[in-house]
Amino acid sequence: MSAITGIEEGQLRTDVPDFGPGDLVRVTVRVVEAGRERTQPFEGVVIARRGGGLKETFTVRRVTHGIGVERSFLLHSPRLEAMKVLRRGRVRRAKLHYLRGRSGRAARIKEDRRG
Amino acid sequence: MKSVQKALLGRKIGMTQLFAEDGRAVPVTVISAGPCFVVQRKTVERQGCDSLQLGYEELPEGKRLNRPLSGHFRRAAEKADKDVPPCRHLADFRFADCSYYQVGDRIAVDVFEVGERVNVVGTSKGRGFAGVRKRHGFHGGPASHGSMSHRRPASGGATDAARVFKGTKKPGHMGNTRATVKRLRVHMVDAEKGLMAVEGAVPGPNGGLLTVWRPAGADTPGPKAEEDK
Repeated sequence: MSAITGIEEGQLRTDVPDFGPGDLVRVTVRVVEAGRERTQPFEGVVIARRGGGLKETFTVRRVTHGIGVERSFLLHSPRLEAMKVLRRGRVRRAKLHYLRGRSGRAARIKEDRRG
Repeated sequence: MKSVQKALLGRKIGMTQLFAEDGRAVPVTVISAGPCFVVQRKTVERQGCDSLQLGYEELPEGKRLNRPLSGHFRRAAEKADKDVPPCRHLADFRFADCSYYQVGDRIAVDVFEVGERVNVVGTSKGRGFAGVRKRHGFHGGPASHGSMSHRRPASGGATDAARVFKGTKKPGHMGNTRATVKRLRVHMVDAEKGLMAVEGAVPGPNGGLLTVWRPAGADTPGPKAEEDK
């Protein structure tokens, strides 16, 4: 396995902020559309982080126009332009899939004001 | 095996995912390939076939080799007038140009270039005595309503033949056979560590012995080579 981690290491990003489930984040991704490259922001709550090493991904959920939208990103992808933590959330589990069944006040997440 | 342009023996390390320059995540198999040593050159006149014998994986210090094989490596070393380490694995390849290498030459991963297509040969994982669903992809019978034919092979053929035709798909041993995957794109070559990564999956378990080769005449780009620019 160590030979593989050695290969992955070179592509790991060091500029990703420290974040976890419950955090409100803004992710900017580069998309190639019709031969043109542009950036696209996506803002929402991190509901899961999964995988390890170069294969780590995270899922961001937001509700727009009453429709829940979830998007998964490759954490170390070079297409991730920028990522910012807007608000820390205080949650007690690693995967927040329970948010899918909730809306409005029930889907609130307490802010984590510690450090 | 057909006539080869280049070939190496190696071991499968495992799979992972790497990012291409355009940001795409590509599934790759990491292979520890080579170094291989040319142990013998065979000719039509003497052995009936023009080929080179490659050795892979040097035996560890203190490991004893039987007399015939140690003589084989010793003769190679004498012929080359340099050290040819005794190797664990030997394999013959019909190189298109056998005179390109000399006995005693060391062939390393850097013979492969990023972007070129290679074939990978391995031994598939053994599945033991497998049923017809796993082995031949049969659909199986109904799960319920009194059905007792869940994973059974059902009918073996017509009754008026009064026999089962040769080649009828039946349960039996599956896997643990030689398997080739063709035209895998070389994604990365690390000459320093002796590693290479090819796009896609490769037969066998991690640590399994592999042959990576490129057919002779593969320089003429096929129709698919246009796509991968």
